[in-house]
Order: sequence, then structure tokens, then C-alpha cells
Amino acid sequence: MSTADLIFWFFGGLIPLSAMAFFLARGKALTAENSQRLHSRPGFYGLYAVIWLALPALAVSLLASIAHMFHLFSVPPIMLLTSALALGGAGLWFALGQVKADFRARQSVEKVMRGLIFTAATISILTTVGIVLSVIFESIRFFQVIPIWDFITGTQWQPDTAFLIGAGRADESVAPPLFGSLPIFAGTFMITLIAMLVAVPIGLFAAIYMSEYASHNARGRIKPMLEILAGIPTVVYGFFAAITISPLVVDAAHAFGLEADYTNALAPGLIMGVMIIPFISSLSDDVIRAVPQSLRDGSLALGTTKAETIRHIVLPAAFPGIVSAFLLAVSRAIGETMIVVMAAGLRPNMTANPLEGMTTVTVKIVEALTGDQEFDSAFTLSAFALGLVLLLITLALNIVSTIIVRKFRQRYE
Amino acid sequence: MNKVKKTAPSTNFMSGTSNPRQKQRERADARFRWYGLAALGLAFAFLIFFFIDIIGQALPAFHQTEVKVTVNYAEAVKSNYNKAVEHKLRRVVSRAWLRTLPRYLAAHPDLVGTSRDEWVPADSRVDQYIKQHDGHGLKTKYQHIVDAMQKENRVRQVFNSGFFNSGDSKLPENAGILAAAVGSVFTLLLTMLVAVPIGVMTAIYLEEFAADNHLTRLIEVNINNLAAIPSILYGLLGLAIFINFMGVPRSSALAGGLTLALMTLPIIIIATRAALRSVPESIRDAAYGLGASSLQVVWHHVLPLAMPGILTGSIIGLAQAMGETAPLIIVGMMAYIPEPPTSILDATTVLPAQVYTWSTESLRGYGERTAAGILVLLTVLLSLNAIAVKLRNRAQQEW
Repeated sequence: MSTADLIFWFFGGLIPLSAMAFFLARGKALTAENSQRLHSRPGFYGLYAVIWLALPALAVSLLASIAHMFHLFSVPPIMLLTSALALGGAGLWFALGQVKADFRARQSVEKVMRGLIFTAATISILTTVGIVLSVIFESIRFFQVIPIWDFITGTQWQPDTAFLIGAGRADESVAPPLFGSLPIFAGTFMITLIAMLVAVPIGLFAAIYMSEYASHNARGRIKPMLEILAGIPTVVYGFFAAITISPLVVDAAHAFGLEADYTNALAPGLIMGVMIIPFISSLSDDVIRAVPQSLRDGSLALGTTKAETIRHIVLPAAFPGIVSAFLLAVSRAIGETMIVVMAAGLRPNMTANPLEGMTTVTVKIVEALTGDQEFDSAFTLSAFALGLVLLLITLALNIVSTIIVRKFRQRYE
Repeated sequence: MNKVKKTAPSTNFMSGTSNPRQKQRERADARFRWYGLAALGLAFAFLIFFFIDIIGQALPAFHQTEVKVTVNYAEAVKSNYNKAVEHKLRRVVSRAWLRTLPRYLAAHPDLVGTSRDEWVPADSRVDQYIKQHDGHGLKTKYQHIVDAMQKENRVRQVFNSGFFNSGDSKLPENAGILAAAVGSVFTLLLTMLVAVPIGVMTAIYLEEFAADNHLTRLIEVNINNLAAIPSILYGLLGLAIFINFMGVPRSSALAGGLTLALMTLPIIIIATRAALRSVPESIRDAAYGLGASSLQVVWHHVLPLAMPGILTGSIIGLAQAMGETAPLIIVGMMAYIPEPPTSILDATTVLPAQVYTWSTESLRGYGERTAAGILVLLTVLLSLNAIAVKLRNRAQQEW
């Protein structure tokens, strides 16, 4: 019996059994209700039975899978399945015995449900902990091999020989691998910069038009259309950037007498900018609309034109919100993966020329983790070190944007 | 303030004066409005260009070239399928089709020894040549053969149904999206089963039950941070925790579905919280007044009223998960998968990952299939989003 079969039979057995338990207990309570007044509605006795059936069964399976995961002991699947369901059956039998007039089924059920809801709420925390731990543990292993200072300040990224050292086959003739991440971050920075140069003006002016000029109906039509741009999967943008935009950029560069690589930074940057437009326009639209109308009225009453009101009154009032939108957009651009994987280069390159091929952090993470993974090689582990930096940058940007909003927003309220 | 004072005396906006400074300001005003229009125009121009380009690239893939050849069902075909057609046509017909012949003959023994004219799928290079695409890669020798066949009306184009009912293949003419589509359904079902209940329960906890304490605030801040974390980091989580630590098989729908579920959680939580918050307090008070417990209030009154909002948020979150590629590549879901998966532990690929795999292939025939896969993906995603928007508009209830 394979694991998939086990999962299938476990849930395939548990779900109908739970339904059965519900109707059995509720039916019993309904019959009892004919002669006496029960404390709770019959449905609660049903739910109580479901809890007593499902919780023990789930607990047994959870225990077994944890034990299996830590290689403590393994139980044959059939035995696990029967013992879990038998325990559930015993629980059901107990719960059926509890269908009595003075038993407070509602309180018991609510207590368990609250526990369940609280457990669900902690899963988001566990996710964060999971991300942080998974990145940190492998990063520590990476920094045991590669000094952290070399990683941060090095300008050469040549990991080719890392797998030899990882496999213990390195000798004197093998050059040590170099993991200097500066050129990779330079590429990330360049592509992010291009993206923001596209997204900020277009997104901001689109937001200004939507909130200040467009009629209610027009806005209702424009906004969903812009949001189509955000709904397009990044792999599609990547294909479009690599197949359509890159050759266009190369041709355009030729027309100006310049040389451009097919993996130039301009194409993914431009497309990433387009992807981020709705992000900036939606967030800015919200903060611009949140500026009190009285500020506009006051300004217009002094004889300014509409554009002057927007430039000198509305935008400064909305500025913290716009900055925070900008920071969130930057963090999205830095973490964007598919567009750069498909359209940017693989070769780390420290240059200020956007027509040359460059690589980014996310490209290097994907490169290190596709194909054969060897968790004793610094090359595979480097993905986690880069991921750690990515996580830190994103968190920092997010925190700063939250602080900006919190600190400046209430001025006009 | 200063500026306004200076210009105020000469301002007469009721009737536009001939004051040059005033004219200049009015022109600036009009220009500013045009900037906004231009920004929107640029965005929409891109959108139109994008869709025309993708559709233009994708449409050829929905037609497949077939050639009429004399198929010779000799006994020898059972051991060497190449003998089924004339020697010079071996590179004109699809090798994927040739390979099926021995099995076909074994299933139809009465055909052995006969021969007949049949329409059979053409090789991808022939297909690309007929469609007049650059880089078709067909040798001149075969070009002449195909040209001659075309004159005899032995070449035709039919609807490419194979694209929808076969999986990936090393031969472009045989590659389809079925395996990836089934993989997407498996993965998304798992994502939905995990993310929607947990997300909704978290939102209920935060909106309806949580006391205002440090833990609650920690959870709130944390969810906002999670929503901003790049998706590729969820891939690292899936690889390190689900695959390496928990032992979930690599490339499986289970690994991908769980990873995507964690990624989708914050979106669903945030949308559900907004929906719960829009249910007026009076509804809860009325229910409490009738003796309902807090759980009954939520389950019988608040949730049904918030349901459209929750559904909208869930659909948007799942649409995003469906288009996501980066974390799935990290958990290995870009393997070569010719057959649809049968369980959540089988190696699986999903639509966007299939698109990515095809886009890395050099043969010209994959290019149009990539675009066609994209078109299918976009159709599904945009319909999902349209449903969500419709639902949201209908659900906007004034209290």
C-alpha cells in the first residue's frame, strides 16, 4: 500500500464515517427530543460525535507521520489505518452515549471549534517561521564554506568548481569557486530601476486620471482593464519579453548604431514595469481618493487650476501613501522571477549599460535549484543564501513602507 | 501660498482672460490632463499589442498539417515501423505516428498485408514549412517532396485536437497540454482544499474572536508581510520543509499544492477579513439577542452574508496560484511529463510550468505551442478573474 493509497483510504474512510456519525448522533438527539428537552440543538450532538470520531483518528495519523518523519518508528499502513479508524469508532461510541438531556454539547463543540480556528490562525505564523528557518539553516551551511564577507563584497561569481569540492574530489589544480554576489545584485538593481522608470510615471498618472478626472463610470471600466495587466501570469510576460520585446530592443539599438545582447536588461525591465503599473495605479488611486475633498475645494477656491491643485495640494497630501506603494512595488520587482529567468541573462555582469546581458538574484536561485540538487555543494546552498538576502530586503522594504504610512497618514484625518 | 497670492488678482476663470500668464496656466492644466490620458493610452496600447502578438503566435498551433501517404501494413512493420511508408517519406510523416503503428497492427491483425492511402500527421518541420515560418529546419530535399505533394493535394491542415488530448512529447507535433492541465487541476484542488478553509478560519479568528493583544497584532503584521514576500521564497520553503524535511515526493502535486496553498493564504485571509468587516454589527447583535452562541452567529449569519466577498477573494487567490510558476520550478514541477498524473504523489507538471518548459526548447514547432499554451492559460485565468469581478459587483450590498 503506497502513501498515496494510505492518504486516499484514510480520508475516503474518514469523511463518510464523519457524515455517518453526524446523522447517527443527531438522529438519536432528535428521538430523545420527543420525550424530553435537551440542552443543545440536535445538530450540536451530531457535531460532537464528528469531533470524537475525527480528532482521535487524526491524532493517531499525525503521530504516526511525525514519527515516520523523524525516523523514530514506522507502522505498517494497514495497521495504522485500522487503528486510526478503530479509535475513531470508539470515540463515536462514547459520543453517542453522551446524547443526554443535561449534556452541554454546544459548549463542548464551541470550545473545540475555537481551538480549531485559533490553530488555523497560527499557521500563518508557522509559514513565516518555516520560510525563515528553511532559508537560514541552509544559509548557515553555505556561510560555513564561503566567508560571508566574500559573499557580500566579492565581484566574481564562478561557482563551477563547487560541486567537486562538495563531492570531496577537489585537488590542488581546481580553482576555488567564487561566490561574490555584487554583480548579481547590480543586475537586480538595474532591472528594478528600469521597471520603476516605466511603472511609476505611467502608474501614477493613470491613478491621477482615474481619481481626479475620470467619471465614476469611466473609472469603473478603466480599473478592471488595468488590472488585467496584473492578472497575466509572469511566465507569459517572460515569454513575451524574450520572444517579442528582446528582438525589438536589439533592432532598435542597431538602428541607433548600438550593440545589444538578446539577453539585455532592458526587455525584462520594461515588461516588469508594465506588470507593476496596476500595482502602483491601484494603490495610488486609493490614497489619492482618500485625500479629503475639502483640501481640493479650498485650493480651487483660491483660484488655482485643477492641475495646480493636484500637484501642490493633493499629491503632497497623498505622498506617504504613494511612497509606500512605490516601496512595495520595488520589493515586488526585486522578487520577480519568471520574467528575468526567461528574458535576462545567466552571466553575472557588473555594468551600467542596460543593453548588455545581466543576471539577477532570482535567476541565480532558480539556476542553482533546477537540475541536480546536491545539498552538500555550495552551489546548491548559494540559492538559500541569496534567498536570505532577498527575504531581508523584502521585509525591510515592507516594514519601512508600513512605518511611513502609519507615521504620516493621520495628518489629514 | 505665495504663488497663489501673486496670481490671484489677475485670475478670472469664469471667462478666460487674455492675460498671458493665465493662458500659460490653462495650457499647463490641459497638458496635465493629457499626461494622465497618455499614461492610460500607453497601458492599453501595450495590452492590445500584447494580446495581438500572443494570439498571432498561438493561432497556427491550433492547425496541424496532415499528409496523404500510402501506408503499407506489412508484417515487417511490427518490428520496424519505418517500413510502413516509402523511404523518402520517412522524415515527412510524424515519427510519433510511426511509432504507434506496431501496436496498431497488433490490435488489428486483419490489416496485415494490406496497404492504403491515409491522411497522417506530418513531421513538425513539414508543419512549420507549410505554415511558412522562419527557422522551420526542413531540408531542401524534403521541401521539394512536400512541394510536389502539395501540388497533388496530398497536404492539408486540420484542427489540432492532439494539442488538447495528449501530454508533453519530445516531438513537437505530438506535444499537448493534457498532462499539464490535469496536473494543474490536481495541484489547484489541493491548494483550494488547504488554503480556503485555513484562510477563512484565520480571518474569522482575527475578525470575530481575537482579543486585542500582542499575539493578534503579531499575526496581523505577519500576514501583511507574508503577502509581500516574493513567491520564489515559498518555493524555497517547499523545498526545504515539505520535500527535504517531511519527505513529500519532489515534483508531486502534493508538494506543489501545499506550497501554493501557503502562498495563497494571505490573499484569502485579507479578502475574507474585508468581507467579514462589511457585515454590519447590527446583524451580530440581533443574533446574539436571540440567544445564539458566537459560533452560531458566525456560521448562520455572518458567513452567509460575507460569502460573495469570500468567494471573490478565493477565486482571485486561486487564479494567482494557477498562473504561478517560480515556486513550482523550485519544487521540481517542470519535469518532462508525457502522461497525466493519477495520484497526488506522482510527478506532475502544471500549465505555466509546461509553458516554461516549451519556451526553453529550440525546435521551432514548440514556439507556437508555447503561445497556444499561454492562450489557454490566459483564457482560463481571465475568465476566473471576470467571474470574480462579476461576483464582486453583484455582491456589493448597501446596508
